[in-house]
Amino acid sequence: MMNSWQLWRSVLVKDLRIAARRRSDALNPLLFLLMVVTLFPLGIGPGPDILARIAPGIIWVAALLATLLGLDRLFKDDYNDGSLEQLCLLPQPLAFTLTAKVAAHWLLSGLPLVILSPVLALLLNLPLDAWWALALTLLLGTPALSALGAIGAALTLQLQRGGSLVSLILLPLFIPLLIFATSAVENAGMGLAVQGQLAILAAISVLTVTLAPLAMAAAVRMSMN
Amino acid sequence: MAFDSFQEFVQMGGYGFYVWLSFFLTFLVIAGVALDALIGRRRLQRQSRTLQRRRQRLSKRQQRQSSPVEESKR
Amino acid sequence: MWRWLHPYAKPEATYRLVDKLLPWFAALTAVSLLVGMVWGLAFAPSDYQQGDSYRIIYIHVPSAIFSMGAYFGMAVMGVIALVWQIKTAEWSIPAIAPVGAAMTAIALFTGAIWGKPMWGTWWVWDARLTSELILLFLYVGVMALYYAFDDQRTGAKAAAILAIVGVVNLPIIHYSVEWWNTLHQGATITKFERPSIATSMLWPLLISLLGFMLLTISLVMMRFKNELLRHELHRPWAQRVLGTAEESH
Repeated sequence: MMNSWQLWRSVLVKDLRIAARRRSDALNPLLFLLMVVTLFPLGIGPGPDILARIAPGIIWVAALLATLLGLDRLFKDDYNDGSLEQLCLLPQPLAFTLTAKVAAHWLLSGLPLVILSPVLALLLNLPLDAWWALALTLLLGTPALSALGAIGAALTLQLQRGGSLVSLILLPLFIPLLIFATSAVENAGMGLAVQGQLAILAAISVLTVTLAPLAMAAAVRMSMN
Repeated sequence: MAFDSFQEFVQMGGYGFYVWLSFFLTFLVIAGVALDALIGRRRLQRQSRTLQRRRQRLSKRQQRQSSPVEESKR
Repeated sequence: MWRWLHPYAKPEATYRLVDKLLPWFAALTAVSLLVGMVWGLAFAPSDYQQGDSYRIIYIHVPSAIFSMGAYFGMAVMGVIALVWQIKTAEWSIPAIAPVGAAMTAIALFTGAIWGKPMWGTWWVWDARLTSELILLFLYVGVMALYYAFDDQRTGAKAAAILAIVGVVNLPIIHYSVEWWNTLHQGATITKFERPSIATSMLWPLLISLLGFMLLTISLVMMRFKNELLRHELHRPWAQRVLGTAEESH
């Protein structure tokens, strides 16, 4: 009999292993993000001042959209092959086990974003002072994106074409993150204090990551019958 | 009374357009929601009537097929 | 026989209760809205800064407050539906959501219309208007989710979960005024001890608030009655209420 932590680890390892076998699934959202970021200079013009001005917004909006892309597979495969139902039947708390899947999703979508952020900043001519702020906001904000995204994915498990509905229900919930993150990056670019925004981002992430699993578990159980 | 004449009341100190537009639109939205509820009730009535008719047709068919004793159970 | 009937007795009792209360609520709504609007439009003094344009406050603030109040009520119903599995609570969600969305829409466009003479543009990305816009999206999401499922019970549960998740956004909406210090003026009547609004303007506002609260409840009741009937259309009581009961033969 596994205890909760062992189960947690095995779910995480399984998800990462599956992602390693199907690399394109994990890479596609990142490539999408890179392309969106490339499209903006082409659409607006390569003026470095404008680009630097709107860079935080573009990068964060692209990050939100990229998060949505990877969501349909978060629970779908496990739902279809029945392993999600097995997780529901186990004595280990479902809400806790599901955080392993969220963690895997973050490791595959959030963390690469943080690593990619210098490249994105470079492409959009973000000032040097704002680079680290962008990376920090992504580091603090993306866990909340993954956790909220998992709620949306769990709610629409039964639906065949839940994609557009997921974006409809999730994007409003993402907005506070977007506001505080971009304002932090902007402030950093102007040499102002950013601790306040970062603290709020961290608070939102902590709150979301602790509370969202409950909603996720309820949504997964709802999808089972 | 904050206004001396009806004319002044309508003009709202030059802001008449904005004030009356927002009150009018608000009324429109509320009336729309209330009307939607009333129409919804009509629609339910229609649905219920269709349901009844279908049930009556079914029971008539059953009447023809089986004994009237069976029918009285319903 | 009775065991089979018992669970169905409840929606009928609920319907009778709502049906009995609705005329009272509707009448009180009409009276308080009439008093509040006439007092606010004609008798309250005009503002020394904003002139008479401030009179939009008598619909803007109440609708904004009860757009959030309705969402909160919907989330409470969601909790009841999920925890105690009460069907009538599930059915109240599609009754509340459109009314709340309508209140949100009213708050949005009255805010925009008020903004035109005050700020010079119809739309300003100010904290409270933006939050109302987000609230509208949340309502749309709840409604879309509710109707997306073939099975109504699953849809109701999904919508309930989303409503509860969205309630986390309500404090953010409420404190957004403090968080983002933008063009919008501060909250007008959060502090009852020392309101920043004159008493002669406050009274009609309070009456309008009461009126909008009753209005929201009345509209929800009207829709809720329909929802009860819709789910119980095959029951004799619903047919009797609708006047389509089978003629005795």
